[in-house]
Amino acid sequence: MATIDTQNLTKPVAQPKTGNFALSGRESQFAMTWRRFKQHQLALVSLWIVVAFYIVALLAEFFAPFDPGDYNPRYTYAPPQGIEFVFVEEDGSWTWGPYVNGYKTEIDPQAMRRVFTIDEEVRHPLGLFVESEPYMLFGIIPMTHKLFGTIEPRAPLYVIGADRLGRDQLSRLIHGTRISLSIGLVGVVLSLIFGVIIGGFSGYYGGWFDSAVQRTIEFIRSLPTIPLWLGLAAALPQDWSALQNYFAITVILSLLGWTELARVVRGRFLALRTEDFVTAAQLDGASDYRVIVRHMVPSFMSHIIAATTLAIPGMILAETALSFLGLGLQAPIVSWGTLLQEAQNIRTLASAPWLLAPGVVVVVAILAMNFLGDGLRDAADPYGK
Amino acid sequence: MTALLEIENLTKTFTMRSGMFGDTISLDALVDINLEVEKGETLAIVGESGCGKTTLGRCIVRALDPTSGRVSYRPEPGKTIELSSLPKRELKPWRQDIRMIFQDPMSSLNPYLRVFDLVAEPLRIHKIARGAELEQRVISTLEKVGIPRDALQRFPHAFSGGQRQRIGIARALILDPKLVIADEAVSALDVSIQAQILNLLEDLKADFGLTYIFISHDLGVVNYIADRVVVMYLGHVVESAPTEALFERPRHPYTEVLLEALPIADPTRRKGQRAELQGEIPFLGNRPQGCPFHTRCKYAQDRCRSEKPALRPVNGTAQQAACHFAETLELTGAYDAPQRAIA
Amino acid sequence: MTPQTHMANDKTLLRMEDVSIVFSSPDEADIEAVRQVDFTLTRGKTLALVGESGCGKSVTARTILRLLDKNARIPSGRILFSPGDGETTDIATLKPDSTAMRSIRGNKISMIFQEPMSSLSPVHTIGAQIDEMILLHENLDKKGARARTIELLEQVGVPGARQRADAYPFQLSGGLRQRAMIAMALACKPDLLIADEPTTALDVTTQAQILDLLRSLRDEFGMAMLFITHDLGVVAEIADEVAVMYLGDVVEQGDVFEVFKSPQHPYTRALMSSIPRMTRHADRQRLNPIQGSVPSPKNRPSGCAFTTRCPHAFEPCASVRPGPTGTSENHWARCHLLTDPEAPRVDGLIQPQVEGTPNAYQGDRT
Repeated sequence: MATIDTQNLTKPVAQPKTGNFALSGRESQFAMTWRRFKQHQLALVSLWIVVAFYIVALLAEFFAPFDPGDYNPRYTYAPPQGIEFVFVEEDGSWTWGPYVNGYKTEIDPQAMRRVFTIDEEVRHPLGLFVESEPYMLFGIIPMTHKLFGTIEPRAPLYVIGADRLGRDQLSRLIHGTRISLSIGLVGVVLSLIFGVIIGGFSGYYGGWFDSAVQRTIEFIRSLPTIPLWLGLAAALPQDWSALQNYFAITVILSLLGWTELARVVRGRFLALRTEDFVTAAQLDGASDYRVIVRHMVPSFMSHIIAATTLAIPGMILAETALSFLGLGLQAPIVSWGTLLQEAQNIRTLASAPWLLAPGVVVVVAILAMNFLGDGLRDAADPYGK
Repeated sequence: MTALLEIENLTKTFTMRSGMFGDTISLDALVDINLEVEKGETLAIVGESGCGKTTLGRCIVRALDPTSGRVSYRPEPGKTIELSSLPKRELKPWRQDIRMIFQDPMSSLNPYLRVFDLVAEPLRIHKIARGAELEQRVISTLEKVGIPRDALQRFPHAFSGGQRQRIGIARALILDPKLVIADEAVSALDVSIQAQILNLLEDLKADFGLTYIFISHDLGVVNYIADRVVVMYLGHVVESAPTEALFERPRHPYTEVLLEALPIADPTRRKGQRAELQGEIPFLGNRPQGCPFHTRCKYAQDRCRSEKPALRPVNGTAQQAACHFAETLELTGAYDAPQRAIA
Repeated sequence: MTPQTHMANDKTLLRMEDVSIVFSSPDEADIEAVRQVDFTLTRGKTLALVGESGCGKSVTARTILRLLDKNARIPSGRILFSPGDGETTDIATLKPDSTAMRSIRGNKISMIFQEPMSSLSPVHTIGAQIDEMILLHENLDKKGARARTIELLEQVGVPGARQRADAYPFQLSGGLRQRAMIAMALACKPDLLIADEPTTALDVTTQAQILDLLRSLRDEFGMAMLFITHDLGVVAEIADEVAVMYLGDVVEQGDVFEVFKSPQHPYTRALMSSIPRMTRHADRQRLNPIQGSVPSPKNRPSGCAFTTRCPHAFEPCASVRPGPTGTSENHWARCHLLTDPEAPRVDGLIQPQVEGTPNAYQGDRT
């Protein structure tokens, strides 16, 4: 695109073709970031995985076939059933449609222990949107249907097995996902608030406040985290309810988690403060508030989003670790950590390895979030690659 | 006097601390600067990196706060605003009158704002225009700098360096300023684009009755555009003179060195070996005693090493120099420098 | 001066013959960054490649050292390098990381850059870095290498060379750093020195010193020098011959005095009238800049690259690429104005007679 030099329009001049300039020039920085992000295959797949996790967490009651507390002593440590789709009748004809097999119980004469085997004879057909006990979605919307379940009521359904009280592991995992992911999210939001405010002041105004904040951050970051969490978690009053406990743990995690975000924010502020366009805005006469909100924040928004995404897995892992050690969330609250606590005993593990399923889920979720965060960070850096 | 801007005894000292508990070092970026900018003129400030020319520009617009001294602005006869001592809030109305154009057109435009918003921003901040009026002013200002109307919704990254600089100029002009400080405004541009922008600046000056402070290291450009030149070295003004007088016969040895070093785009005026050019600019932190230039000056005498020369008119003319021997030295100018043998 | 006549000259060191450089990228069409460039470098002489950003001057220089990224290739042309042992190597056919190429790079051809900090290691002293260069290419022990290093540093005008050899790059000023890099480039007495905007980041007084230094070193070492710059003042100061590049084409080339005295390509003429002249205000002329800005190489016309901005463009310009037309013995340009009898008349150009007789030097190179 050639400029129009109003002073020199003396001779006609062939203008270069504009090409797709008009389109590309109108693309905003966010659109460009998104376009770069989409080129990052792994991050894109991870984005969908993370979205799926949060949808499951949000609608846990609907996705889980049972309430996490529903126990059935008849099915203690029942093994995974697995969902079958085709059944071959005796006459050779096929019946289509998902079903699970029933269980046969035998007593192991040597160990004097109940042993479950899959009973191929008994079939419980499955259906989508089956009727269930009434429940409240989000605690307010009355619902009477679940995503899936056995068509006949009260048939055993343990897709990935049962725990020591005969509770459905899948339902517990889905409800645990809600708690664990929400701890990550709430914790990161709290960290973000602390981090952006403290880091922002630190970076924009500098001086003694900046020094003080930086020394504090260095001090906090030099503390060994696990013992500190243990100490703080152990200091929580015993008589607190599970809900209070939940919030206390979130706050503890974010009290330590803000440091990383504060550093990112401060770093961006320091870098941007000397940028000419920020000086230009100041010289326009813009107030500090306008300079920050209109001119600085958009420039590091994408960095913040990336840093935030990368901070969530840390929170989740911390919660999982604390709960696993018995110091975080307490039963009856179900989280990935409390679920894994069930898998602490080596003998239980030997007979019921499906109790490790939450571990697999943790790994998948954490990896997906990390890849997503990496992808966002790369996309946010216009000078990368 | 019709001075639009008057700078008196302006000093800017940066203090730096080496390490967390280290000693503080103070760097005098500007030492006792006195100068006046007449209404309607183009005053060039020249010098090499570290001479303080950018710091001076930033102190005038209060992007930096001067350590001591005064910057006074006279919007109309009989009215004097002391910019250097105003609190930031009271400075705001005067920011409309004194605007700045930056060197790097890549970094001086907010990459997240569209051209329309970039240029409208100053109007919005000063609550000067809204709605259709705002739009009209933005479009007409952009047209004046040669940016077509269909560019309004684009982002700065879609423009070439020269076009971005035009947008930067539009941002400066939209508030109808009296004084524009152009800090190396054409240095980052290619030669042909630089010429476009220089022409544009000249035309705008004529159209709007602007006054320019043109900060540059390029003496060729300065000779072309400036009415008066101030030469700075290590935070001092060493010479100040009408452009032609300075290029005809410099009165300070440093000016001679600068002119001598300037390559001229004509091989028949090739300079050849310049043995007298020696040494490098000393570090600001250990500025020499006496005349700041004596360590590199080929005319230096004992007096120069001990006594600091003041900036004074040479032979009672408008040409001022800070050199003990300004009247007697036979310094060579740039207009008809003799051709030298090529070694 | 045409390449044919150069070839007969035994001082010829390097000849670029119709070299094109193409960059490919996975999701866009290939871009021909440099198109059919040819020039000759002679011992003891300096050729300046001048042009605005994006014209391909740096790419051309880097191609000689095969320093381009993996996505660049040389689809046509030869780079004939004759360092004087009677053998001629075609650099364009060598693999960038082959032994043969490495023995040329840094040894027979050296390069200096705009920003010395990017080519000097920040964690080694400059002495150690120059020592290593010498040890790598020459048969000397450590002590001998250091003696040579100090000699080199003195040669490039580093004061207190013995002490400065133990300094790290960040402890030196920009000018001294550039001198140290020049010393390193000279460590193996190269036949050719490529200088890519070596003074652009420097102050004007330091620039003058470095230009003086390069000029005297070129004579002292009998090197050829390829000097890349955007500054016509610097070209006038240092070059013997100048090649003007625009959008990947060398549009005009010739003896520096001739090109500056009587530029024959509209682009060169426009560049010359874009720089403010060092004249008194009475003689001042308003600058006459080129309109618009350089188009992207993607949108380069198939004919003359300058067509879109040329004030004299006429019918064949957009579609037919003009060949090089000699306008005097040491000077040629690629422009239809110089060959086409139908072309508009332009003052100052050596154009064909109206009757259509070719001018004196036409056919020299077509």
